[in-house]
Amino acid sequence: MKLIGALAVLAAALAATGCGGGSDGPLTIYSGREEELVAPLFEMFTEETGIEVEVRYGDSAELAATIAEEGGNSPADLFWAQDPGSLGSVESQLVELPEEILDRVDTRFRDTEGRWVGTSGRSRVIVYNTDALSEDEVPDSVFDLTDPKWKGRIGIAPTNASFQAFVTAMRLAEGDEKTRQWLLDLKKNDPKEYEKNTPIVEAAAAGEIDVGLVNHYYLYLVKEEQPDAPIANHFLAPGDPGALVSVAGAAVLASSDQEDDAERFVEFLLSDEAQRFYVDEAEEAEYPLVEGIEPKEGLPPLEELEGPDVDLTSFGAEHEATIELLRETGYLT
Amino acid sequence: MSRGAGTRAPLPLVLAAGIVVGALLLPLAYLVIRVAGSGRALEILGESSTWRLVWNTVLLAIGVVTASVLIGVPLAWLVTRTDLPARRVWSAAGALPLVIPSYVAAFCLLGFFGERGLLSDALGVEDLPQIKGYWGSLLALTLATYSYVFLLTQAALRDLDPSLEEAARGLGVSGRRAFARVIAPALRPAVGLGALLVALYTLSDFGVVSLMNYDTLTRAIYVQYKSLFDRAPASVLALVLVALTAVALVIEYRTRQRGRLYRTSPGVPRPQPTVLLGHWKAPALAFCAAVVGLFLVLPAGVLSYWLARGIASEREFEAPFSEALHSLGASGLAAGAAVLAALPVALLALRYPSRTSRMLERLSYAGNALPGLVIALSLVFFAARYASPVYQTLALLVFAYVVRFFPQGLSGVESALERVSPRYEEASRGLGRGPMQTLALVTVPLVRSGVLAGAALVFLSAMKELPATLLLRPIGFDTLATEIWKLTQVGAYSRAALPALVLIAVSAPVLYLISSSHRFESGGSG
Repeated sequence: MKLIGALAVLAAALAATGCGGGSDGPLTIYSGREEELVAPLFEMFTEETGIEVEVRYGDSAELAATIAEEGGNSPADLFWAQDPGSLGSVESQLVELPEEILDRVDTRFRDTEGRWVGTSGRSRVIVYNTDALSEDEVPDSVFDLTDPKWKGRIGIAPTNASFQAFVTAMRLAEGDEKTRQWLLDLKKNDPKEYEKNTPIVEAAAAGEIDVGLVNHYYLYLVKEEQPDAPIANHFLAPGDPGALVSVAGAAVLASSDQEDDAERFVEFLLSDEAQRFYVDEAEEAEYPLVEGIEPKEGLPPLEELEGPDVDLTSFGAEHEATIELLRETGYLT
Repeated sequence: MSRGAGTRAPLPLVLAAGIVVGALLLPLAYLVIRVAGSGRALEILGESSTWRLVWNTVLLAIGVVTASVLIGVPLAWLVTRTDLPARRVWSAAGALPLVIPSYVAAFCLLGFFGERGLLSDALGVEDLPQIKGYWGSLLALTLATYSYVFLLTQAALRDLDPSLEEAARGLGVSGRRAFARVIAPALRPAVGLGALLVALYTLSDFGVVSLMNYDTLTRAIYVQYKSLFDRAPASVLALVLVALTAVALVIEYRTRQRGRLYRTSPGVPRPQPTVLLGHWKAPALAFCAAVVGLFLVLPAGVLSYWLARGIASEREFEAPFSEALHSLGASGLAAGAAVLAALPVALLALRYPSRTSRMLERLSYAGNALPGLVIALSLVFFAARYASPVYQTLALLVFAYVVRFFPQGLSGVESALERVSPRYEEASRGLGRGPMQTLALVTVPLVRSGVLAGAALVFLSAMKELPATLLLRPIGFDTLATEIWKLTQVGAYSRAALPALVLIAVSAPVLYLISSSHRFESGGSG
């Protein structure tokens, strides 16, 4: 019985530390974007608007699954995800955003139905070890990576959403057959498989691999940890599927009872001030999407980045076919 | 041997056990709902890739269980029954790896043994054998789980009635044969339960197999969940995990049936006879040092190295003070709640054995091999729909921990209860006490060390729990595990090392308290 008493005291003490779940009051945001990277933006928003926010951080796909399971009872007002696929998977639970918000970014970086909008951009690149290779030795197309000379030197992350989105882009731009062939040919080169982008960049830094298929901004995170790491990004030729430009994006949930505040937050994310955050403050150098704001020094301008001609809106719906293809070709079980 | 099956269980006990087990079956109900909505179940079961996953998963579980028993049982015997120097230290160090989240263990092992890791740097060679895949997963999961076997075996050895062994020795049986004939059979239920927990943990683990790049059912379930639209395939694979759990339960049940020994001497435990190691002392010490070195010093060393590297490059550190309090608080609540919930289930199964009571007890394990993500989503599903006031509150988080780790609490209570003869309870009843009074005044005090061991297991597991914590915690309720996740997510290992070390450090005193409270109990009165 002493045990029960102790438990009751402990429960009361924890409850008093201030952690209740209420439906109204602060704006509730589910963020698949990492706390380490975006937390200052939430503070800026509250400072500017006086609207308090509560943020649940998690993996984008897991949060999408959570929103789907919550259905109409979701406490979330807003979903800010790492990739168009996660947003697309809950599109039936999202509201259409107002024109003036959507028009802040180019049509290629938003949902065709206006249910989500890109908030920052990232380009697929080849990260390479600068001790092992000079930049002109790094291929300009992912199709060159099937050359036998790259055997055992390539790093990929087939279970990661960003690699899967790149395969989706290849399927949409080049067709399923060509993609299947590329996957099979690449497999013959024994690519090393990693859990996600960061370990690939680290492996390139350690010389474990010479080239890796990643998003461009992970380089900056690894450099933060190891400033002298011998690594650099190589941007691929325009139109190559390996040059896909994707976005992190935000959406407002239909079940929200604070739609106006939620829209204000999306508006804020696309304000000059918040967009400049990616250039001036953030460690990881993502691309701002609003016109007139140049990316961090050393990055090629967004207009010059031409990925394959594909519609990000369809990535959610195409995802399953991509998974199937990766399974058939032995990248996933 | 046990109480006659004719005795009827008191109704409050049956009700309590029924409610507990009903709650534990929520994840299963969720999976059935998800699969029932789709016609693809049979198709997925027919695919050869599914069976390859099953094979990989079973192979890994067998490997980890074998390694854990081979390490956990000898270690438990050495620190409990011999004159090994510094037994208390080895004892705490043997249990501590349980708080190292398995994904952190995998990070550390890769950072040390991996290609271009610390070891190859130090040796100046590049072509060390790879530790990824099966063997890497085996090593990391053994690190994360052998302590289940160790702790349960240790508790069993402590509670063992010395008169059994004395009787055997009195009959002229040698020490070694007494071990084989008397101690080993008496330990079998505890070792079996420990092995079961190891198997279930291995089946459910995602962190290690993902980092080590080894394909198991759980890894496939995660990949399926990320393919977003159709949640049925993931649910089918999860049900396959439940089926594997059933197999593990049958095996465990068989081992348990083979031997049952109760304490027969008076209720106060007497000090155990100590085995003098003699010239075996050096090898015994070497064994303990090797186990603790590989499974505790190595990961803690790698973490310290990362931390030092971060301090040298002047990264900013924040002491994870509130995170530590949150972890301790939520895990403490979970530990208490889990053993309270385990008591009626264990009592019913062992003191009123019947088909129903045994079925209830076995059912309580059903969801334990499920990945944390599946358990979390099932609770999201039910709580958001039918219990929105508790959704994303501390209460639901603690409930999720209990659902995930219930069998660990149960194992402690049961293995203790198995060694207490029902005769004490019968005597109490004969003296006119009611069943509930007997429970509170006789049974619970007798199984106290087992209850503590069970609570400790739940506590340590909850301290490191991540997937359910991420989805179900109250907003802003950061724990040490979520802090580690937050930092490793952006590759900031030097900063993630601090909360990981704090996790180990704050758990150590808890383990120490548990072992010293036991010493007071048994040593003080002997």
